[in-house]
Amino acid sequence: MRGIIGYGAYVPYYRLDRANIAAVMGAGGGRGSRAVASFDEDTTTMGVEAARNCLRSIEVTPDAVMFATANPAYLDKTNATAIHAALDLPQSAWAVDMGGSAKSGEAAMRLASASPGTNLAIFSDLRTGNPTSGDEANGGDGAAAFLIGDSDTAPVIAEMLGGAQATAEFLDRYRQPGDSFSRLWEERFGEQAYLPLAQDAVERALKAANLSMDDIDKVVVAGLHARAARGLARIAGDKLVDDLTGVIGNSGAAQASTLIASVLDTAAPGETIMVIHLADGANAGIFRTTDAIADYTPFAPVQAQIDAGSDSLDYNKYLTWRGFLDREPPRRPDPDRPGAPPASRSEDWKFAFVGSKDRSSGAIHLPPMRVSMVGGAVDDMERIRMADVPATIATFTVDRLAFSLSPPTVAVVIDYDGGGRFQAEMTDVDPDEVKIGDRVEMTFRRLFTAEGIHNYFWKARPLSS
Amino acid sequence: MASHGIKDQVAIVGMGCTPFGEHWDKGVDEMLIDAAHEAYESAGVAQDDIDAFWLGTMGSGISGLTLSKPLQLDYKPVSRLENMCATGSEAFRNACYAVASGAYDTVMAIGVEKLKDSGYSGLTGSAPPSDGTDSSLTAPATFSLLAPAYAHKNGLDEDQMKEVLTRIAWKNHKNGALNPRAQFKKEVAKETIAGSPLVAGPLGIFDCSGVSDGSAAAIIVRAEDAHKYTDKPLYVKALSFSSGPATGALDSSYDYTTFREVRASAEEAYKQAGISDPRGQIAMAEVHDCFTPTELVLMEDLGFAEEGTAWKEALNGTFDLDGDLPVNPDGGLKSFGHPIGASGLRMLFECWLQLRGEAPPERQIETTKTYGLTHNLGGQPGACVSFVSVVGSELG
Repeated sequence: MRGIIGYGAYVPYYRLDRANIAAVMGAGGGRGSRAVASFDEDTTTMGVEAARNCLRSIEVTPDAVMFATANPAYLDKTNATAIHAALDLPQSAWAVDMGGSAKSGEAAMRLASASPGTNLAIFSDLRTGNPTSGDEANGGDGAAAFLIGDSDTAPVIAEMLGGAQATAEFLDRYRQPGDSFSRLWEERFGEQAYLPLAQDAVERALKAANLSMDDIDKVVVAGLHARAARGLARIAGDKLVDDLTGVIGNSGAAQASTLIASVLDTAAPGETIMVIHLADGANAGIFRTTDAIADYTPFAPVQAQIDAGSDSLDYNKYLTWRGFLDREPPRRPDPDRPGAPPASRSEDWKFAFVGSKDRSSGAIHLPPMRVSMVGGAVDDMERIRMADVPATIATFTVDRLAFSLSPPTVAVVIDYDGGGRFQAEMTDVDPDEVKIGDRVEMTFRRLFTAEGIHNYFWKARPLSS
Repeated sequence: MASHGIKDQVAIVGMGCTPFGEHWDKGVDEMLIDAAHEAYESAGVAQDDIDAFWLGTMGSGISGLTLSKPLQLDYKPVSRLENMCATGSEAFRNACYAVASGAYDTVMAIGVEKLKDSGYSGLTGSAPPSDGTDSSLTAPATFSLLAPAYAHKNGLDEDQMKEVLTRIAWKNHKNGALNPRAQFKKEVAKETIAGSPLVAGPLGIFDCSGVSDGSAAAIIVRAEDAHKYTDKPLYVKALSFSSGPATGALDSSYDYTTFREVRASAEEAYKQAGISDPRGQIAMAEVHDCFTPTELVLMEDLGFAEEGTAWKEALNGTFDLDGDLPVNPDGGLKSFGHPIGASGLRMLFECWLQLRGEAPPERQIETTKTYGLTHNLGGQPGACVSFVSVVGSELG
């Protein structure tokens, strides 16, 4: 059997209360909240976090990473290779981007299913819109990852029963590369285009799976056209799964997969789930959970991440994070761009947070060293990946002078469980709340961008329980 | 370790020190000329009498040309040295060894820094291309890591810790107010210090040393030749330097309440000078108070206070100008300012004045002790270099 053998989702820590928008702008916003990627996150970093949540639920090394996003951090350069490096995957594992549109997630899922081997499909998006726009309020940032493989690798927890697609060319939503907002044709036009396409796809999907609508237990409706999605919701009736847009917004290329993850978090064996995705056409897929899902414990369930989040984010700070508002920087030099050769030499450290452990003394070195700081042994080190090890704060400070995309900078010296110490920046934390003794974990982030180069590395964040 | 020291083998016979501050009207060349000529006059020598030069500057010039060009030296040897904020001391140390070796008779150690041309707040450095994973913390932030750790270890709450740091800043500003060469020549009230905007952790603007331009120089000869230049030479008793393994941020046994490099260099210096009771034998000390928690921790690392008591001693006035062991009587980095390449030599300049009874009466220390100590540090807690010198007005 081939199907989903693991999954994980990532919901960023911060949420913007939509009421904050209207309070400042006198327009826009709405009720509820939307998920907001921190100033130090992008679609690549969120993809890493979702993949980690997946691979910490099921310890299998993927043979390939297929990364789908509508908001790639780089063009020309493959973004999936940074994810491949952050997950410490072997050189033989393929890493490829598919991107540019919300529909790209479908490609990642299909490629992961159709390619032989164990494949990690990662979906990630960062949705922005002009201040007071619907997209600004209703977008959401986030990522999800699905591990597709054969049952001789790991138990399949959900298998595909059948699907169908209906494609049409019509102008609904479009964006020029580099723009931070999408343009939309008037919504009623898109609505009348989507609904028949969805009906067609659903009918043929049911036929392909040899099922009727009565056999379907849950319906997930995803897509950036809210009106059309609502229209389908009426058809789904009480089988409709909460699309979470009231709390975390719509994460575009990552929405469908995030909703599937949230369904699987609480699904029982033998549930038949239909997923309808509206994106320049309609895609309907049907899958069923197996008995094995009862034994699958997701490392970071979607609801738990939502519950652990914070809606303390000010609208003004949100605008500076997304580049709609420029703050005055301190009188400090701009950060230097990372050098390509040094970054390549220290790829394991920089991307995968791999240090070295001295065999003679057991001392853990972060960053890795050739000469041990205990005993002085030379080249007697082995690799040790510390990305998943929790730590405790030994001392800390708040730097109000340093250049930062979101000052002030919180720095912590942390001692890892089982040994090792590192001085890291801390993120997703209120600077006034940091104390000696607090528990932290590592997270993959984008420190800054200099001369067009994204500087990726790891930071500490409060340990989730 | 085979470190023998050169106690009483060399002596300072002349010094110069420009005022430190924001010298918009003076570049590196002007300050070097001013400091060098003040030193020549102090020793009663001409430029041609100097056999070799050691120039300390971290970022204000490279190669010996930085000195030989403005001074128009006559093809003399010039070494340009750097050891972060201990650069000035590094220049001095190497110059002393050159005289002790017998290779030269009369040498100059000179330090300079022109920080105010950068236009930036605080210190900036240039580094070779890196992988982007280096810490981006500013200098005040790295030293501010000492504060919560020291407080946590010694049972002080935030307010008590702030009071201790404020008291140290207040003392150094009070001393600087008596010093015409200092960058900041006004006393600052404790409320002003404590209430100033935070820069990093609990440190406000007044907890941080001044960013400054300046230069200082020393002329050194063999001890037996010193009488040719002055009745009151300043003998070098000890020179020590410790460059640490820089593993404080990797090694969980480091608790951020001490500088292991300072302890190592102090122990070595005391051994060379034959000092067994620093508190009892040292008349005055110039230490590296880049930030207030640094001076606090140094009191324990240099053996001026028992472990865990420096905070009490600071509050009690032990290290005040009229205290048991005056620390930074010239105002320290705090109010004299910290032009990096010059600071180590500026510290020696205060020893030069005080131990020979030539300090202005308002700050002249009256004492029978004959030793002075300078301590100069570069880097950050857990990754630093440390220099300690002991100088004295008498042989033996």
